[in-house]
Amino acid sequence: MGAVAIANGLFTMGEAPRLIGGRRKDDDRIVFPMPTGAEGALYEPVELSPRGALWSFTVQRFRPKSPPYAGDDDERSFKPFALGYVELPGEVIVEARLLTDDFTSLRIGQPMDLVLTPFRKAADGSDVLTYAFRPAA
Amino acid sequence: MTHVHIVGAGIHPFGRHDDKSGLDQGVFAVREALADAGVDWTQMQFAFGGSSAAGNADAALPRLGLTGVQFINVANGCATGGSALLSGYWAIKSGEFDLGVVLGFDKHPRGAFNPSPADWGLPDWYGETGLMLTTQFFANKITRYMALHGVSPMTLALVAEKAFENGAKAPHSWRKQPVDAETILTSQMVSDPLTKFMFCSPAEGGAALILASDRKMRELGLSGPKLRGAAVRTRVNGSFEVFSPSLDIERGPSPTELASKAAYEMAGVGPADISVAQIQDTESGAEVMHMAENGLCADGEQERLIRNGETRLGGRLPINTDGGCLACGEPIGASGLRQVYENVQQLRGRAAGRQVEAPRFGYSQVYGAPGLSAVAILEA
Repeated sequence: MGAVAIANGLFTMGEAPRLIGGRRKDDDRIVFPMPTGAEGALYEPVELSPRGALWSFTVQRFRPKSPPYAGDDDERSFKPFALGYVELPGEVIVEARLLTDDFTSLRIGQPMDLVLTPFRKAADGSDVLTYAFRPAA
Repeated sequence: MTHVHIVGAGIHPFGRHDDKSGLDQGVFAVREALADAGVDWTQMQFAFGGSSAAGNADAALPRLGLTGVQFINVANGCATGGSALLSGYWAIKSGEFDLGVVLGFDKHPRGAFNPSPADWGLPDWYGETGLMLTTQFFANKITRYMALHGVSPMTLALVAEKAFENGAKAPHSWRKQPVDAETILTSQMVSDPLTKFMFCSPAEGGAALILASDRKMRELGLSGPKLRGAAVRTRVNGSFEVFSPSLDIERGPSPTELASKAAYEMAGVGPADISVAQIQDTESGAEVMHMAENGLCADGEQERLIRNGETRLGGRLPINTDGGCLACGEPIGASGLRQVYENVQQLRGRAAGRQVEAPRFGYSQVYGAPGLSAVAILEA
């Protein structure tokens, strides 16, 4: 079964995925995600560094309200997940889910690597992928 | 240029009122404020009012009286009340008006707010993957602050303990039951390091203020604290705000720092002059960080100040003397005006049971999504 991205233009797929940010043409400021529509014309897409340093973090302990949350878990099967911000050197600080089994091990400044991770199943049974960072090995 | 005075203040108790609409509570607050000042609705030359989730503020008109008064609805997120106050302030400062009312009320469903990504100009995946919660923002912000400035989880618990202690003494608060720091610290974790008792809840309530120019105040034989400074500021590049999929590496000032600086400059006073402060405490960490962002202490000083009880009643600078958002809940449209109501009570010596001794300057700051802050400085 194949896998699909949760949104187009959010990240590149494959062995070495990259987040796609936007570099504003007039001042080189980088944002994530790449703006779309009319605003997108002011930016050029840029593949961001797959490694960064943890900038801050927390743990989502309860199942977020639906909508907007669209996980295929329910109140009982929901598993708390870590999330936070990762500073990509010289580029931008991005918000992301953080993959770790040990929430207490997270430390500001620790190196983090980009990964793609299954978020839910699509109607045809394939994985819908989102991006996350995990502590560097 | 004329000065602006708050000659009347009214409030509908915050909390849960199943038998009343948000509008009911707003109208109640206006009537209380009019009675407090001893003026009549028909004398009002302007009204600025806001509600986030309880309908149009100007729906109060048929109940208060269809006098043809200029009424402008204000919508500015959590800073709606502060923005209504600023609007009234400038209306009088401009010289066009002498007497008017600002009001705010709200009634929210129970539980966390659930925003729609499109309303915030954000893509759907952001909400779908569970990143669009205000609680996460506050937790991320305080996690980094604690690491950089040496603030402990116990200090967060002490902030909430103080809130419930003060709330028990304020007639308009919601939470009347003191909760000890240990219980707060070990209650259910919501978004680390913040526990259930460290977060405020959406709630209901209404608040209203009657504003008058110097001249009108004298003419009517009224009195009340002078509004020395009032400012609203929004986010700039490099500030860290709710619902941000990315942040600039180069950090900048927060909207609170900008609004605070502007209000101090207008007032011609500094943080050392402040006797009592009401600052945004959406959760315990927000009060800690806002102490520094409002210039009331240096980054990292909170640990010592809070442990020593300096921000409690009887301390050097009592903060959130009515229990703040933690004890009053947060009806968005009313919250900022509740802070000013509480400062008016303090400055007029009417805060029985929680009165700060002879305060001269009262400071208030309301902060809200998506990154704005409103500050008001009153002089007794």
